[in-house]
Amino acid sequence: MKKTGAEIIWECLERLGVEHIFGYPGGAILPAYDAMTKYKIHHILVRHEQGATHMADGYARASGKVGVAIATSGPGATNMVTGIATAMMDSSPIVCITGQVGSKLIGSDAFQETDITGITLPITKHNYLVTSADEVAPSIREAFEVARSGRPGPVLVDITKDAQNSSCEFDWEQAAPDTLRQEIVSLPEREKIAAALELINQAKRPVILAGHGVILSAAEREIMEFAEIAGIPVALTLLGLGGFPASHPLNLGMMGMHGEAWVNKAIQESDLLLAFGMRFDDRVTGNLKTYAPTAKKIHVEIDRAEINKNVHVDVPLVGDLREVLRALLPHVKRVDRAEWLATIATAKADSAVRDIQNLPDNGHLYAPHVINELWRETKGEAIVVTDVGQHQMWEAQYYMHEKPRTLITSGGLGTMGFALPAAIGAKFAKPDAEVWVVVGDGGFQMTMAELATVVQEKIDIKIAIINNGFLGMVRQWQEFFYDGRYSSTPLLSPDFVKLAEAFSIPGYGVSKRGQVLPAIKAARQQAGPALIDFQVEQEDSVFPMVPAGADLHAMIRRPSPLVEKASDV
Amino acid sequence: MSDRQVLHAFVLYVQNQPGVLNRVASLFRRRAYNIESLTVGHTEKPGVSRMTILANITEGSGQRVVANLYKLVPVLSVEDVTRVSTISRSLTLIKVEAHEESRHRLMEIVRVFRARVVDLGTKSLIVEITGTEEKILALVDVLRPYGILEMARTGQVVMRRGAKSAADAEAAAENETTPEPEASQSV
Repeated sequence: MKKTGAEIIWECLERLGVEHIFGYPGGAILPAYDAMTKYKIHHILVRHEQGATHMADGYARASGKVGVAIATSGPGATNMVTGIATAMMDSSPIVCITGQVGSKLIGSDAFQETDITGITLPITKHNYLVTSADEVAPSIREAFEVARSGRPGPVLVDITKDAQNSSCEFDWEQAAPDTLRQEIVSLPEREKIAAALELINQAKRPVILAGHGVILSAAEREIMEFAEIAGIPVALTLLGLGGFPASHPLNLGMMGMHGEAWVNKAIQESDLLLAFGMRFDDRVTGNLKTYAPTAKKIHVEIDRAEINKNVHVDVPLVGDLREVLRALLPHVKRVDRAEWLATIATAKADSAVRDIQNLPDNGHLYAPHVINELWRETKGEAIVVTDVGQHQMWEAQYYMHEKPRTLITSGGLGTMGFALPAAIGAKFAKPDAEVWVVVGDGGFQMTMAELATVVQEKIDIKIAIINNGFLGMVRQWQEFFYDGRYSSTPLLSPDFVKLAEAFSIPGYGVSKRGQVLPAIKAARQQAGPALIDFQVEQEDSVFPMVPAGADLHAMIRRPSPLVEKASDV
Repeated sequence: MSDRQVLHAFVLYVQNQPGVLNRVASLFRRRAYNIESLTVGHTEKPGVSRMTILANITEGSGQRVVANLYKLVPVLSVEDVTRVSTISRSLTLIKVEAHEESRHRLMEIVRVFRARVVDLGTKSLIVEITGTEEKILALVDVLRPYGILEMARTGQVVMRRGAKSAADAEAAAENETTPEPEASQSV
């Protein structure tokens, strides 16, 4: 059956199970947009192509399926770059389709021509330049395969206008991806498994470091079983949150730069680290020279290139985390590690007295209060999509995630402006879930144009702006490391409540602790979107903090009691 | 791990399609590794090209470069042959000043090096030499006093000794240590 390249795009996407596509039309992608009207796929018109990529990313992270974005050539394509890089750093499977000028015009500096396959080469798993209709189907099929296989990531398919316009015979079966290449990683060798088991069964002070891989490989049940049988506590990376229930007695919480003190302490004192689907990011390890000096390391990781990248490991197990855990589980011994767990519990109790929640109301509104109330009110069941900065760390510390895919955040790239569009994508992936955006006043202003998308698409998401009038995390670094010279961090914002009203979104302003809960309740009662502007303490900082490159145990702690600090400012 | 850079040799089999060289080279560029020599050519399999890359890599990072190269979709196999017994050859054309009085001595040098004179003029001659890096550099040293006018080098091609081929590199990558090749000798 003969079809145009433009029709083949949609034909393929439908067969690949795509229901939603986030995009923005333009000249070079016009044929595809014209053909789209004949297909059932729901197109979400965004306000900026960066938003489309974050939406596809949010969709992918909430659902585990491939998210899809579409844009035109030139600026449409270059606007996608930040979203693609975000997905690359966080191993999120998205496919971006871009229009390209006619194949005969390529290289001629034609109107809206840009070398997007060249530009995105280092920030995609792979990309394709498609110059004829018969390459459309094989490229899109392979793009999906590449995006979701192994360690997932973004793939871009750039399709010239003539490839969209011309026709060819469409054969779905014929377009199946080549199996030229061995992509699937098998289980590690038996000797390596045995070596790992020996270390595990002998360890006195082991800690599991659970990362995004737990969620990507859907290994949450296996990791729980593993931890419970072996009696090993679990520390999580930012992107690992939700991979192990926060309320589980073996859960330690988040590790790293803004991880809890007892978690980092446990890692530093450990004699065995079990790194499960994490990559020893610098935000997690601090100074590599002093990182977990007494610990042997077992690294279970699907991406071989991560092995020995930052931290030398004693036993690398390259493979899918769930499969490796299943291979380990039958041989893991029950070992009494009560002494080790008690040591950690003692450290934890010490930190708990510093907890902001245990301090009396001093009339100030702190972001952690807001997050904590949000957690209680939503019973920890909402999907929370955060931006980047202080609010992101407070969310990670104070919202207790019980299930995978309930925290969606830009970790690796740290992309401000991620939250609102990613939440839109997440809501399309999980229409029945309660979705909250937790975002700073800075990041929100980067992509707040997508409020129009929220309204046009009637998307029921709630937005909590943690508004401290500063680019808070940068301000915190300036306070700690640049003698408090607040260079370009004080931030003027519009009246967010009025702004919401301009979009016909109910808005609430909150500046006192007592108003937090009523505002959250009111927002939740709205049938559609709602926005709350939480005007929080301006110069509060995220504690504890391991300064960049410092030893993991060298934490800056919250001055105690907090009230003294608060009245200082 | 030290920051010392060591010359490594990688052999890649790649799909012969536009952009592959860019993807491979970009991986070295991103890490600011300088490529010393790079050769690409067809193989016995249609649609498959073979690359030999020599680059200065941070000591101990060879395995990671291999793993990263293997992540590139058009790369079919990769092997770090730095510490494997290999045959390595490159071809060089050297144009040397040659006059009546020096020509004879030059011809003698060429014969000793088992090189060839492929072009002979009144003022110059072109020497073609195939061999290892050491041999070529030795000839260049000897020719230099006569006046080298121009030099063109192909870059090295490297091949494992014995029956095992670099296309089996996947299996080699599975084992962290590269197995010893069967005994074979230069002939």
